[in-house]
Amino acid sequence: MPDSTLVGLHHEEEHHPELLHHFADAEQQRDASSLGMWVFLATEVMFFGGLFCAYLIYRRWYFGDFAAASKTINMGLGATNTAVLICSSLTVVLAVWAAQTARRTLLIVSLVVTMLLGLAFLGIKGIEYTDKFEEHHVPGASFSFNNVPIPGRPGEYANPRHAQIFFSLYFVMTGLHALHMIIGLGVFTWLLYTAWKGRFTPEWHTPVEIGGLYWHFVDIVWIYLFPLLYLIDRHP
Amino acid sequence: MSAHSTSSPLKMYFAVWIALLAGTGLTVYAATLDLAPYNAAVALGIATIKATLVALFFMHVWHASEKLTKLVVIAALFFLLLLLGLTMSDYATRLWS
Repeated sequence: MPDSTLVGLHHEEEHHPELLHHFADAEQQRDASSLGMWVFLATEVMFFGGLFCAYLIYRRWYFGDFAAASKTINMGLGATNTAVLICSSLTVVLAVWAAQTARRTLLIVSLVVTMLLGLAFLGIKGIEYTDKFEEHHVPGASFSFNNVPIPGRPGEYANPRHAQIFFSLYFVMTGLHALHMIIGLGVFTWLLYTAWKGRFTPEWHTPVEIGGLYWHFVDIVWIYLFPLLYLIDRHP
Repeated sequence: MSAHSTSSPLKMYFAVWIALLAGTGLTVYAATLDLAPYNAAVALGIATIKATLVALFFMHVWHASEKLTKLVVIAALFFLLLLLGLTMSDYATRLWS
């Protein structure tokens, strides 16, 4: 029947070019992509959860040593980085809103500012790591943590072996977080390129939404890392 | 999500942003106080409020059209609490001399 073939062809042409043929409509495709990202984030929760679990066990055992080690990390840099990430989360929601409402310039500006804030975060992290290398606080052969008093326990000094466990957790957890930031910057580079080409529309901007979900998740991990690593027993 | 974009969500985004910055300031301030055993609880409490704000409003869990999304979030939290809760209840009830 030539008529039905024509109708079929016409039906195909009505589709948005980004709508894949195995989805009924754009809404279903968007929900599927979003759900996929959420399932990935659930696996990430378990991934970081194992490290948080190890942290909690050792923190209970060696609380004094952990407090002494935590005091040597620069709290100001950590707090600044928390603020930087929170601001980048704001620019991400602005980017999603701009894509939803077809504001191409705002979308591009928001993506660029998000990436600059991400780079600022990594730069500040680099300053922090440099300090730790210079102070010989990096776990390994040159690690040194002698005669560091335990806060609130006069005359007691931190056990360097226990402090080294704190710094191992510090470098693994912040390092893994920084790796997620670098991957996020890669994702956002592609988003920026695609936004520049003008391919995101109010009908189809799923990559901006799920890229944003990933970025917010990395922000949430940092929201927990900051008080746990930087703020143990800070009071005088 | 675009179904209810008639009212601009920008005010809400900026309000959440201010609340998150205030929470960061508050957690740094609280760390300088001697709250005896409650320092960790206060720090984790503020962090959890901040994380909840990000998830509900920035990640749109509050207005998520898909109930499945909420199910995945709750499942992730459930298994995280299972991991941390069971492990810590073991270690907390062992005798270390």
